Amino acid sequence: MSNQSLEQQQQEHLLGYRQLAVVLCLLLLLTVVTVAVSYVDLGFFNVPVALAIACGKVSLVLLFFMHLKYEGAIINISFLSTVLFLVIMIGFTFWDVAFR
Amino acid sequence: MTAPQSFYHTSSPAGLSGIRAWLLTHDHKRLGLMYLAAVFFWFVLAMVLGLLLRTELMGQGPTIMGPEVYNSMFTLHGVIMIFLFVIPAIPAIFGNFFLPIQLGTDDVFFPRLNLFSWYLFMLGGLFAIVALFAGDGFPDTGWTFYVPFSVEVDSNVGLTVSAAFILGMSSMLTGLNFVTTFHRMRDRSMGLMQIPLFTWSLYATAWVQILATPVISITFVLVMVERILGVGLFDPDKGGDPLLYQHLFWMYSHPAVYIMILPGMGVISEIIPVFSRKSIFGYKAIVWSSMGIAIAGSLVWAHHMYTSGMSDVSVFVFSLLTFLVAIPSAVKVFSWVATMYRGAIEMTPPLLLALIFIYLFTVGGLTGLVLGAVGTNIHVHDTHFVVSHFHFVMFGGTGFAFFAALHFWWPKMFGIMYRFKPAYIGASLTGIGFLFHYVPMLILGLQGMPRRYYDYLPQYETGNFLAGFGGYLLCLGIVIMFVNLLMSFRQQQPAGADPWGATTLEWSVPSPPPLHNFVAPPVVASFPYDFTTVVERAGKGGS
Repeated sequence: MSNQSLEQQQQEHLLGYRQLAVVLCLLLLLTVVTVAVSYVDLGFFNVPVALAIACGKVSLVLLFFMHLKYEGAIINISFLSTVLFLVIMIGFTFWDVAFR
Repeated sequence: MTAPQSFYHTSSPAGLSGIRAWLLTHDHKRLGLMYLAAVFFWFVLAMVLGLLLRTELMGQGPTIMGPEVYNSMFTLHGVIMIFLFVIPAIPAIFGNFFLPIQLGTDDVFFPRLNLFSWYLFMLGGLFAIVALFAGDGFPDTGWTFYVPFSVEVDSNVGLTVSAAFILGMSSMLTGLNFVTTFHRMRDRSMGLMQIPLFTWSLYATAWVQILATPVISITFVLVMVERILGVGLFDPDKGGDPLLYQHLFWMYSHPAVYIMILPGMGVISEIIPVFSRKSIFGYKAIVWSSMGIAIAGSLVWAHHMYTSGMSDVSVFVFSLLTFLVAIPSAVKVFSWVATMYRGAIEMTPPLLLALIFIYLFTVGGLTGLVLGAVGTNIHVHDTHFVVSHFHFVMFGGTGFAFFAALHFWWPKMFGIMYRFKPAYIGASLTGIGFLFHYVPMLILGLQGMPRRYYDYLPQYETGNFLAGFGGYLLCLGIVIMFVNLLMSFRQQQPAGADPWGATTLEWSVPSPPPLHNFVAPPVVASFPYDFTTVVERAGKGGS
């Protein structure tokens, strides 16, 4: 039973080459933007802007190449849990580093 | 209709026989037993090492070994006990064997990956053995491999951390298999609140295994990068930060404490209602407390670092968070005790071991609060108090849960029953020996005796002698328990499908189970701990 539903889901996941090509173009475009922005001095916003662009690229990869957009709640919650865990691991360390 | 053949007589994949039927098996039950054999070997080895250490400490000055051997031996004892016994014991043995059956399915989601995990476990163990005899011998860093010592010392740190890396991968893959099986293979009629508590505890554990283990794996890779390439990651002389290592190490190793204890709590949650003939008290509270422990336990790692020189803000925050973990742990203990209240208690060896667990784990938990509070922690940091505390949790908790699980599920795994009297004697001796062994260490720690020291001041001799004496008593009890279990193979007293009057699905299948577990589709109860039928059957004089 579970194998059948897996096959069904796999069929639903399939993305056309056209959609994949669009995502690829977007990723390449964002890479160009990343390089271009690095030549502009935005002061305090240098890092936040670079991180925002990187997050955009990561989101595209996760949503389309890794099919998260088409997955059910369990997979999405599982994925978000890992992100939350990473945020906690890094964030809590700053209580030490920032106040040492 | 003929009785189905047990999994011992049916290979998976079909057509294999002899040793090949074991070494190439995809059957979760055979893999559970293969883990049992491997874990048993490592446990006995580490127990002997621990006994030798305590023998050395029974008298002041050198007795049976030199200081270098002592240092390597406590490292080896720690590495084996943590990575090759306490972490894998319950999930890998009983989890593999019973999780699919409790979920009403025929195997784990990735059977081949399951076999691969076992091979990784064996490979990790092999690396640990090679580290013993190759090069400059086993490291003397302690199982924590703290920098800068571990990046500077000549002994086999590389091989040993590689062993831990491989064992971590095995643990992670097992966790992945369990999470996937839980979601995708569960019987369709089984809702989340119909799942047995042992399986729930394995699920919570599996998440910690998946999320936290990569952190230690990467940390060990970084240690190797610093050792081999000289990159200044942790060495302050090269611009590194030694506290970064401690953060990374404990980000895994504290959650690992919950990898160790959560499955044990699951075992106790199975045993207590069965022998109280009463529905578990607070089923949902226990489920949520398992998840709560898994989450809260991942937020408190730096309470191992109060005296390391990290910031006061960090010390304050982590101390506060540490106290949170006590809440879900206490929920479980109160639920177990409340389950027994006004129950029709039937004393058996698994229940006795479960009761010893509750007592010892509670002491372990309460001494943990002493260590979680900064003021008292600084007084007893790195003393024998800490050694005693974590043995109360790891051994008094997970160790006794392991023994309890072994006695509870032995009839199901092998289809035979053991003798009760030697089991009671063994369990009691182990419990009494445990207290003789570790209570003196609590007192020694409060008096100021440091951990990991080869020698000590004269005032600590009485305590150390008593602890050593308790150690021998403890080991004698364990030997009696194990010999009694092994003797059951000679006695061959059939156990029947449900010798305890239990209600979860594994007791509805034959002992030992057939290859695909269920001869007929499993009947999932609306609540897994409803003893109405069992009590009625007993009232009518049935078994």
